[in-house]
Amino acid sequence: MTIPASIARRSFLQTAGVSLGSIALSSLLKKEGYAADAKSNAAAEKWTGTLHPTHFPPKAKRVIWLYMAGGMTHIDTFDNKPKLAELNGQAMPESITKGQQIAQLQGQKLNCFAPQHPFKQWGESGQSMAEIWPHLGGKCADDICIVRSLFTEAINHDPAHTFMNTGSMNAGRPAMGSWLLYGLGSESESLPGFVVMVSTGGFGQKQPIAARQWHSGFLPGQFQGVEFRGTGDPVLYVGNPKGVNSKRQRDVVDAVQSLNGLANVSLDDPEIATRVSQYELAFRMQSSVPELMDVRSEPQHIFDLYGTKGGDGSFASNCLLARRLAERGTRFIQLYHRDWDHHGAVKEHSAGTAREVDQGIAALITDLKQRDMLKDTLIVFGSEFGRTPMAQGNGRDHHLAGFTMWFAGGGFKPGLSYGATDEFGYHAVENRVSVHDIHATLLHQLGIDHTKFSYKFQGLDSKLTGVEPARVVTELLT
Amino acid sequence: MIRRLSCVMNLILVFPCFTLAADVGDFPQVVEFNRDIRPILSENCIFCHGPDKNKRQADLRLDTAEGLTGVPTDAAKLGVVIPGKPLESELIRRIVSSDAEQLMPPPDSGKQLTPREIALLKRWVEQGARYEGHWAFLPLKRAAAATPNQPPVQDQTQALAAHQRKSSLAIDAFVREGLTNVRLAPGAEANRTTLIRRLSFDLTGLPPTPEQVDAFLQDTSAEAYEHVVDRLLASPHYGERLAIWWLDLVRYADSVGYHGDQDVSVAPFRQYVIDSFNANQRFDEFTLEQLAGDLLPEPSRRQKIASGYNRLGMMSAEGGVQDKEYLAKYIAERVRNASGTWLGVTLGCAECHDHKYDPFTTRDFYRFEAFFADIQERGLYSGASADGTWGPFIKVPNPEEEAALAELDRQLAVAKAKLNQPTPELATAQAAWEKSQTVWTLLKPTNLTAANGTTLTLKEDGSILASGESPSTDTYVLTCENLPSNITAIRLEVLPDDTFPAKGPGRAGNGNFVLSEFIVQYKDASGTAQSVPLQNPTATYEQVGAAGANPYGKWAIAAAIDGDVKGKTWGWAVMEKVGQPHSALFETVENIAGGTGTALTISLLQNLDNPQHTIGRFRLSVTSAPRPVRIEQAPPAPVTAILAVVADQRNNDQQNKLAAYYRSISPELEPTRQQLAGIEKSRKDLESRIPSTLITASVAPRMVRVLRRGNWMDETGEEVTPAFPAILAPAATSDLRLTRIDLARWMTSDENPLTARVFVNRIWKLLFGAGLSRRVDDLGAQGDWPSHPLLVDHLAQEFIDSGWNIKQLIKTVVMSATYRQTSTASAELREIDPYNRWLARQGRFRLDAELVRDNALAISGLLVTKVGGTSVKPYQPPGYWAHLNFPTREWQNSNGNDLYRRGLYTHWQRQYLHPSLMAFDAPSREECTADRARSNTPLQSLVLLNDPSYIEAARAFAEQIIRHGGATVSDQFQFAIRRALSRPITPAESEVLAHLLQAHRNEYKADPAAASELLSVGAKPVPADLDPAELAAWTSVSRAILNLHETITRN
Repeated sequence: MTIPASIARRSFLQTAGVSLGSIALSSLLKKEGYAADAKSNAAAEKWTGTLHPTHFPPKAKRVIWLYMAGGMTHIDTFDNKPKLAELNGQAMPESITKGQQIAQLQGQKLNCFAPQHPFKQWGESGQSMAEIWPHLGGKCADDICIVRSLFTEAINHDPAHTFMNTGSMNAGRPAMGSWLLYGLGSESESLPGFVVMVSTGGFGQKQPIAARQWHSGFLPGQFQGVEFRGTGDPVLYVGNPKGVNSKRQRDVVDAVQSLNGLANVSLDDPEIATRVSQYELAFRMQSSVPELMDVRSEPQHIFDLYGTKGGDGSFASNCLLARRLAERGTRFIQLYHRDWDHHGAVKEHSAGTAREVDQGIAALITDLKQRDMLKDTLIVFGSEFGRTPMAQGNGRDHHLAGFTMWFAGGGFKPGLSYGATDEFGYHAVENRVSVHDIHATLLHQLGIDHTKFSYKFQGLDSKLTGVEPARVVTELLT
Repeated sequence: MIRRLSCVMNLILVFPCFTLAADVGDFPQVVEFNRDIRPILSENCIFCHGPDKNKRQADLRLDTAEGLTGVPTDAAKLGVVIPGKPLESELIRRIVSSDAEQLMPPPDSGKQLTPREIALLKRWVEQGARYEGHWAFLPLKRAAAATPNQPPVQDQTQALAAHQRKSSLAIDAFVREGLTNVRLAPGAEANRTTLIRRLSFDLTGLPPTPEQVDAFLQDTSAEAYEHVVDRLLASPHYGERLAIWWLDLVRYADSVGYHGDQDVSVAPFRQYVIDSFNANQRFDEFTLEQLAGDLLPEPSRRQKIASGYNRLGMMSAEGGVQDKEYLAKYIAERVRNASGTWLGVTLGCAECHDHKYDPFTTRDFYRFEAFFADIQERGLYSGASADGTWGPFIKVPNPEEEAALAELDRQLAVAKAKLNQPTPELATAQAAWEKSQTVWTLLKPTNLTAANGTTLTLKEDGSILASGESPSTDTYVLTCENLPSNITAIRLEVLPDDTFPAKGPGRAGNGNFVLSEFIVQYKDASGTAQSVPLQNPTATYEQVGAAGANPYGKWAIAAAIDGDVKGKTWGWAVMEKVGQPHSALFETVENIAGGTGTALTISLLQNLDNPQHTIGRFRLSVTSAPRPVRIEQAPPAPVTAILAVVADQRNNDQQNKLAAYYRSISPELEPTRQQLAGIEKSRKDLESRIPSTLITASVAPRMVRVLRRGNWMDETGEEVTPAFPAILAPAATSDLRLTRIDLARWMTSDENPLTARVFVNRIWKLLFGAGLSRRVDDLGAQGDWPSHPLLVDHLAQEFIDSGWNIKQLIKTVVMSATYRQTSTASAELREIDPYNRWLARQGRFRLDAELVRDNALAISGLLVTKVGGTSVKPYQPPGYWAHLNFPTREWQNSNGNDLYRRGLYTHWQRQYLHPSLMAFDAPSREECTADRARSNTPLQSLVLLNDPSYIEAARAFAEQIIRHGGATVSDQFQFAIRRALSRPITPAESEVLAHLLQAHRNEYKADPAAASELLSVGAKPVPADLDPAELAAWTSVSRAILNLHETITRN
């Protein structure tokens, strides 16, 4: 049966070089983005992005986004407000709250609510963080660059997530990971370039997360984020059907490839060539994904570092997988932890949720550092918004006017504190940074000028950073 | 880089026949503004020199004749272009300037004109700088080749047929003209197998059966092709095929999209769309019914269902949502959708700023929005669930269900009549019952206070109504004087009222309340006050939902007299049973003496931290009946009142009411009551099975104002009333407020140049794989200059002239020789016209997501072809919905036939669309989708290889092959390929399949357990009479065939 197989391969090789690839919409761009991969025997066609070269030399090759979903309280974690403690229980001055958008506290008394945890100065840089971050503070305070002057435009979870990920509150736009995959391609041979993992904690309300948050929007479907799951098939449909082992699966794939190759002898259709290469990639994923997920080969000190044995879908376990993905060339990795919506009992719950993520985060930074990967890995930590300085019972409500994010690696200044909210922790007042500014800055570190990175959608040069001006926050960068 | 590349491509695509200029590539002899100049200006200049007055620089517009060439009558307004004089034109000077300060576009814009673009601009000026309005906004051009004859009235059918033939020929004429220009010849006609396969997929979304293929191959008549076309257009699956496309546009989905992404019931709308296409409803009527069905005179049920179009946008039940913000979101989305669906323009861009490229202002946007201001809706749908709480809806029973309802109603009437019939036996029993009754005495308070601002009013029936301010928490304190004697129990009734959300009895958004504490103080005749301990509380209902942290495990009445030892927010609540009266009863530990001068002070504490859970209406009464006093024994207050009247002093009305009440509880009538309850339950069950659908209800229009930068909190913008975009319609001459009916009529009026163009361009895409104007979602200035502008206009005009006849339009196109061409192309043709812009061949493209699976099911024989009905749930990986919440959910696979329905019936979950559909580019339908992507990814391969739907289909296909494929393996291969690909198999293909078959016969013979595992995938029973190893081996062969590129390709 060598004839059809060889036909398949020859036919494919003939077309691969001139292939216009797979996507109708961006067909004009394909020659730019695709390159035949000479290294691989399967001659897989690989998307290498549209930006050759990038607008600037990149500082970071990949992003790991630690997404604290639900709205982490900035006041009890990274943004200490002694004044708020002084005024605990007293009415928030009306001058602060007048005309402001309020969520569940609409029409209620707005009283100051003191930071619920003691703060201390950590590391040589003296970064101010609450004591609920013993691992992060103890090990990595001098690695992170804290920005305390974020503000956003949406006050409810769903649109706020969509805004943070896509730069627009309206559905239908690509997530940042999709943009990066489109522009830069992936370095991975056999794993998706944009991977999402979601863990759930035991404290806050488990706010839903929509698949929209990693959707490719108007970009072609191949740039969609792929969710790696803690249970069942780690990637949907990556497991062979029951009764089909790897050899039998290969037999079927071989037959498909041969028959597609036969058809292509007369048609010489680049779509068929692409289909052939996608079956090869799919087949490789069927072994590379389980290999990635199987952490048993990691040494004990790594398990100790992360505080997990892996394989349990916990945030720490996902941090370990994130490192493995980063090593294998995945471009954009996003870890959601769905546990930060603390409308009540913010003291206990923020301490508990911090405990769920603290060690994993510190381990990830430490581990990347010891592999000399932190320099070109950009770690992003943050939520879709912050929480009110006002009490909601013994919790806090959603808050859009000021909150905190931090960054590590990828050319961000380690040990820096930047920006500030007012003395109540309400409004970002000093060195204000918008979500679009963050997008512009992250793109910049990956070598991309956000004003020049666009995709034609409904006739417009649509950009991650939208229509209004956005700024690269150069003060944060080395 | 990207932009330049596309310019190079344009060169090849658009201007291949023009003379060659030295360094600028091919070049048209006569430059046309719309074809050649407008795209350059739009891409490079209009952002700063265009319609958006806020972004406009130097007060210069390059999108208008005045801006470009000035005002002829006004020497002061010269313009930047002097026709005929490129060297004197500022525009040309600026684009060739070597001074970076002068150069346009400015270097820092990232834009740069190519030498070719500069040369084009120069030549355009040389040739007189003739300006044209944007093609799609201009009236339709009636081209010579397409002048239709008016069909004679005497034989409409024949005249239509003749007209259609002529029109099909006109298509070919337009296409040939284009081909001649680029020195290409039309392609040959495709072979017949391909033709019937193409038609079947295009018109019904399903493959032809081998029998249909054979019949067509054998039909040598001249009308054979037309007969196939007519058969397919008449098929019920035609409506399904078009519905898949239409539902993307109008964003049909089975869940609300925002936050909890809860289910919403709108399946009858899908049915409406399918039925409309099948009945070939006029497109103008179809438009009118969707936009404004509810406003038509005495709208039919169908028209009401159609009006659900306005309600298909996303909705939110997220706590903390501000009504006003979401009302603004919902109504803005309607503008995006209606303008995208019918007009094919991006009016939505003008929400925050004047459009950057098209002549639409923010005022246009908000005036368009005002058309939808009368739609009854809420911003926050709190406590929403699948049925009823997403705003106005109707039930849509089918005829059988309607008949069943009528029968149950008849049975109900019989049972009720029996219950209403007084008899002497009942009268005797009633007298005995009366003697045993607890007598309740109403407490009328003499003093009423509310601590936090609620207004309490004593009503005539002794109940107390809360109104006015609705504070987060409150404590009501009532004083009642001159008590009856020997009180043993106190009863609290909470009552519904139309003034509360969900009718109450609470004032919270969902009608609920929480009574945290019920405290009683007694003052005896001497004035000594003491607290009254209570015991043995009972209630008609205690809420069980949302009781996760509640120490009582439910919202128990006991919490209201626990002195708050377990937390002061816990108390009595009734969430699941709001909208009806409830009672709670407390025994006093000791009798209260009562009498003249005594008083009770009763405090109702309502302290929940979730705000506004206060009681809306309530009433208090007391009794001296011997303990135990239990709530179950207490008749409702009106009955209690009658019982308090001595029997022979009751008037007729009172007697009747009491007798009626007694009949409702008498043991003698218990069997009848049970029968009645049974019928009522059946009716309720039936009702709940009958699908409902959201409809539009019109109310007084709310005020719409221009929101600066789209900011919903801004209240400074101008108030606006409905109007069409100014550029597309003359200003209204009447003061009458325009309605959605006017909007729909305008969409399909002769003056509107867009709707018909947009529609025919999209139909063209369905039938060729790409539109005549490639950008089917935007015909505005940033859209794509059509390859055949006159053909677009011809089809649009024909469509309008035919009475917006969709089947006629489609038939006209598919009958053309252009449509019937082969899709294979020589290397040379592909080189000259790689994207098939000039149509020397047909398109070749992957089937849409739904059709990929429909096709596999059809090939395997599993497909259930039932048309319509509610959504279904084919296999989906467990846990895929793990990140949904409010509530958490798990997908439940459907049973039986519902596992094998067409993909357009699959439950459409916006946030987590079925992964197989999503892998093949089905959109989430959160917004209007006019242009589905068509990608080719490894996830698609994984779906076809491993999704149980395809494994089961392969097994079913294998069974078909074994049973019906013939005696020899080679017959069986032939059978299989004919079923899957409609064509005969080739020897080389046979060889590949034979190799796989033999290898897997060996595999599965050696490993019978693996064979049964493979065969166990899917719900379809495994045939007992077939050898498992043989069936498994053929399943492998079938899998290979179902995975073929050709299987999922329409060519």
